[in-house]
Amino acid sequence: MALQDVCGFLDTLDDTGPCTYPPNEMGYMWRTASEFDRDSAFHFLFPPQQCSRKNRVPTLFSSTFSSLSPHQQPFQLSHGTTTLGFIFQDGVIAAADTRASCKGLICCPTSQKIMPIHSHLVVNTSGSGADCMLWERILTREMRLYQLRHRKRLSINGAAKLLSMMLHPFKGTNVCVAATLCGWDGEETRETLNSCMEIAEVKEAVEQDTGVSTISDSALSSVKMASVNEQEILKDAYALNPAVSDQNTKNVLSFGGRSGPRVCYVCSDGLQLKGEIISVGSGSPYAYAVLDDGWRWGMTVDEAVALAREAVFRATHWDAYSGNNVDLFHITAHGWRRRDREDLKEEYYRERERKRKKIKEREKERQKREGDELGEGDIYSVHCG
Amino acid sequence: MEYLIGIQGPDFVLVAADNVAASSIIQMKHDYDKMFKLSEKILLLCVGEAGDTVQFAEYIQKNVQLYKMRNGYELSPAAAANFTRKNLADYLRSRTPYHVNLLLAGYDEADGPGLYYMDYLSALAKAPFAAHGYGAFLTLSILDRYYRPGDSALSLIRLNKRFILNLPSFTVRLIDKDGIHDMEKLPRVSFPSLSSSDR
Repeated sequence: MALQDVCGFLDTLDDTGPCTYPPNEMGYMWRTASEFDRDSAFHFLFPPQQCSRKNRVPTLFSSTFSSLSPHQQPFQLSHGTTTLGFIFQDGVIAAADTRASCKGLICCPTSQKIMPIHSHLVVNTSGSGADCMLWERILTREMRLYQLRHRKRLSINGAAKLLSMMLHPFKGTNVCVAATLCGWDGEETRETLNSCMEIAEVKEAVEQDTGVSTISDSALSSVKMASVNEQEILKDAYALNPAVSDQNTKNVLSFGGRSGPRVCYVCSDGLQLKGEIISVGSGSPYAYAVLDDGWRWGMTVDEAVALAREAVFRATHWDAYSGNNVDLFHITAHGWRRRDREDLKEEYYRERERKRKKIKEREKERQKREGDELGEGDIYSVHCG
Repeated sequence: MEYLIGIQGPDFVLVAADNVAASSIIQMKHDYDKMFKLSEKILLLCVGEAGDTVQFAEYIQKNVQLYKMRNGYELSPAAAANFTRKNLADYLRSRTPYHVNLLLAGYDEADGPGLYYMDYLSALAKAPFAAHGYGAFLTLSILDRYYRPGDSALSLIRLNKRFILNLPSFTVRLIDKDGIHDMEKLPRVSFPSLSSSDR
């Protein structure tokens, strides 16, 4: 940043306060809060000040307008996508379409809107693509740092709060991120640990056969990391009470009753919601209609997957900014699993085929009924004739 | 679209808030709680711009709790209201003003019940009854007409039930000398009517 120093570029950006900013790897442009040191857990980035700030007296209306949505539309259509996430008795389903649009052009028909953050958390993103990519990476970094510092994973609600706090300084700027965090809270229990080992064996077998990995690598690495902790905890548990049963160890190791599926919505304008069904984007009203109708807590995995696929399909049918394929993730206590990407074109043709068959059947039934009526009601035909 | 109401009685305060968390045209949540518990006998009801409400209310909440931790006793409702107003005013002419409308309701051992109305320009007023939102236009005049300072809790709750608007449901809470009590969640009442015999 030698040119900045020579030009005195930064002098115009200084705030009225006397605090000096320590140089960080991004240069002086990104201020850090002066009261926090760089190694603190809350080393967030702040947006750079506008040049004209010093001379402009902020009036009430100019500052309020800056915090309003920049789009000035009757309702927001800026998130051209359909993403959804919901919880049920066997975990979380996260589904999204794959169309990335820019006004009227489909920039990419095969974009990936669901990103895994760690073994038990995926995030559905909508909004501006660049912002989403950046904030996903920042969130992944912060989650990993938390895990390394505290030797346990941050809860989904905690991650939502963290993301919300990190996005808050950018409120009023054009950052547009609407993320749905879908994941499973809680430490791995001994039972899940064993199943993870089984999954690992299965994965290796599958990989040898097909060369395709279906299960997250991070799940395996977290299993390895957890296994060290697990052994220590197990040792302590057994030392305390050698006769402890499997059930007891499971309770000791699990997250104190706070484990379970979670889905959380975080928006760059500050809205943060926890719920059971969340859908975001221009296609979300259509998806909500299908989800509200079919959702039950006690669904099976197949029913849930079918519901999610149906919801995204209907949304892509009606919404111009959603389409192409559907991505589906299923997160349980063992981690996330990804289903193959499905082309919705096939679904559309299958539906058309089904409708055609139904029409044919109805036609046949009608003819049969008319045939019967003609046979029975001869007197009527005489009258009418 | 959001709605808050508070009514002060002789030895209690009754507050209600709607339960909708909306994002443009979609109701994302039907059971969203807009009341923040500042202390055992103080509630802060907060509506306004999406992220600002939670940020500001939690900031005030944590600071009030910090006061208690540092000094060993709780802030009174009047002090909490003035603290909130000061913060809102300080942020008003900064780079990040908070666009929130608040009702602060509390019970003080010495002063009795208190209801404080605050708007986004950090105007503070202690009032016997107050409301925020579009519903306020309709209910404030009814309150003017029918409110009497000595009303008992029961008649005021009935009053509350009568003119709840066409929003799906409301959380209702009562603060008196024993703390904060949850009343039943009110479902939708489409045609509010107010006849003298019901009072």
